Amino acid sequence: MTELICIVCPKGCHLKVDEEKDFAVTGNGCPRGAEYGKKELTNPTRVITSTVRVEGGAIRRASVKTSSDIPKGKIFEAMRLLDNVTLQAPVHMGDIVVHDILGLGVDFVATKNVPPRT
Amino acid sequence: MNGCYDVIVIGGGPAGLAAALEARRTGAARVLILERNNELGGILNQCIHNGFGLHYFKEELTGPEYAGRFIAELEGSGIDVLLGAMVLDFNDGKTLHVMSRSHGYQELHAKAVVLCMGCRERTRGAIAIPGDRPAGVFTAGAAQLYMNIEGYMVGKRVVILGSGDIGLIMARRMTLEGAKVLACVELMPYSNGLNRNIVQCLNDYNIPLYLSHTIVDIRGDKRVEQVVVAEVGPDRNPIPGTEMVFDCDTVLLSVGLIPENELSRKAGVQIDRRTNGPVVYENMETSLPGVFACGNVVHVHDLVDFVTAESQRAGRAAALYAQNGEPQGPCVEVRNGRAVNYTVPQHIRTGNVEKFVEIFFRVNNVYRNRVIRISSGGKVLASFKREHMAPGEMEKVAFPKALFPQIADGEITVSVEEEEAQ
Ligand SMILES: Cc1cc2nc3c(=O)[nH]c(=O)nc-3n(C[C@H](O)[C@H](O)[C@H](O)COP(=O)(O)OP(=O)(O)OC[C@H]3O[C@@H](n4cnc5c(N)ncnc54)[C@H](O)[C@@H]3O)c2cc1C
Ligand code: SF4
Repeated sequence: MTELICIVCPKGCHLKVDEEKDFAVTGNGCPRGAEYGKKELTNPTRVITSTVRVEGGAIRRASVKTSSDIPKGKIFEAMRLLDNVTLQAPVHMGDIVVHDILGLGVDFVATKNVPPRT
Repeated sequence: MNGCYDVIVIGGGPAGLAAALEARRTGAARVLILERNNELGGILNQCIHNGFGLHYFKEELTGPEYAGRFIAELEGSGIDVLLGAMVLDFNDGKTLHVMSRSHGYQELHAKAVVLCMGCRERTRGAIAIPGDRPAGVFTAGAAQLYMNIEGYMVGKRVVILGSGDIGLIMARRMTLEGAKVLACVELMPYSNGLNRNIVQCLNDYNIPLYLSHTIVDIRGDKRVEQVVVAEVGPDRNPIPGTEMVFDCDTVLLSVGLIPENELSRKAGVQIDRRTNGPVVYENMETSLPGVFACGNVVHVHDLVDFVTAESQRAGRAAALYAQNGEPQGPCVEVRNGRAVNYTVPQHIRTGNVEKFVEIFFRVNNVYRNRVIRISSGGKVLASFKREHMAPGEMEKVAFPKALFPQIADGEITVSVEEEEAQ
């Protein structure tokens, strides 16, 4: 039995996960908590957010995120892929910034519009 | 830009965006947003992490994406926006004195005004840490701005004082960018941050959280070199002999937010000492008729979704005021009972409520298995069960209009009670 705090929504339910019973979850306020509890003990993943440099834009950085969650163990490796990225304005929300991170089938995408500098 | 509007919104963060859009939808013909920055979105622009919008959009967005949805709605809505425009002053006649890059100094007039100025961070001065005054001490929000908007790394070895959400988010952010976060130090025996942030920002990266601890000394000549952390007793005074020394170059302060109400005070808006924000009615109207307020300027919110909902109410009410003037009728006072630190709204004009009124509040400690009660004249009118409550999580209850006839002496009390005491 492992105790976890669900991080799927800000309510933060206190979950109990029973490894012996195929990761059955109790204490969850909704079904998403059950899914999270199982995944957290079998294959924990996170969405990663950061920023990259922008040239010629109204502002100097554009925020980005992974288009889906990636394994926790790959976070730092994925972050390094952003070190040498420079975008040219305009940047549009949803633009792909890094394609297929570490072969995971997940992209880094822009989360902000950056218009050109006027 | 001609100087007379139905509704003028001061501040273009999530509160201002939602209020303006809703005022327009409610039929206000001329709506203007005044924002001192060069872009709309407010604090959300620097909150690049995800976790916004789960209630409102039913999906998890980053701060810029959440703001972006509302900014996109503005296009074609007929709402005027003036960026780089600082409101210096306004008065109860609803004349605003505005300084902007594009128009210089201007006087603008409105039938209704919505205050959406957000909040600012408490600083080191506000909490008095002893020790030297070297460089390297930042508020967590300032560090967030430097990193996420300007792209500067503020330090390499970091100690964070306070476990508010901004501090927790910055602990993760700095770790991901290669800094070493040595500790997060919290004076209280519990964290004021959301549980999920403790898990994903501290536990994920093995950053220790020291509860009931504080910084007793900051050492350094030009730049921070060391901090001394000590445990505190129940009286919150440091316990001698528990000192730990951390070698670090940066201290981040995440010790709370204060609603930004200089403008409101100058205009004569009544401020509640408990929230540091305007006293408001059920429709978010302040003590000045036709002046409304919503978002972090009223009380500090942890979830932007609630800011949006509250601001839509304010925007709708502002548009209705511009059309019909002040709602009249009897008024009920909301009092704070046991364990309740404040409530919003503080007054309810019963005739102005449709089906129910939502009352927001914060509790003064961590509680398990309690009942929130609304009582009046010694009688319990409504109770709501809660398994878990904490000061870091805003509570809300919906008080149905059907119960209003039972209100005695024009006041109700919100309190938190033991379950068996029912
Ligand atoms: C670091 C941090 C992390 C957060 N994380 C989350 C999260 O994960 N999930 C979540 O749901 N919520 C989160 N929140 C809460 C949420 O973002 C805020 O509650 C919300 O942004 C408040 O909106 P606002 O419009 O009231 O204030 P703000 O966003 O601060 O906007 C106020 C605006 O008013 C402008 N202004 C002020 N004074 C004037 C003036 N005199 N003239 C003209 N303009 C003026 C300012 O420039 C600013 O743009 C977080 C908040 C912070 C600070
Ligand atoms: S179990 Fe459901 S309600 Fe509880 S924190 Fe997780 S997602 Fe939120």
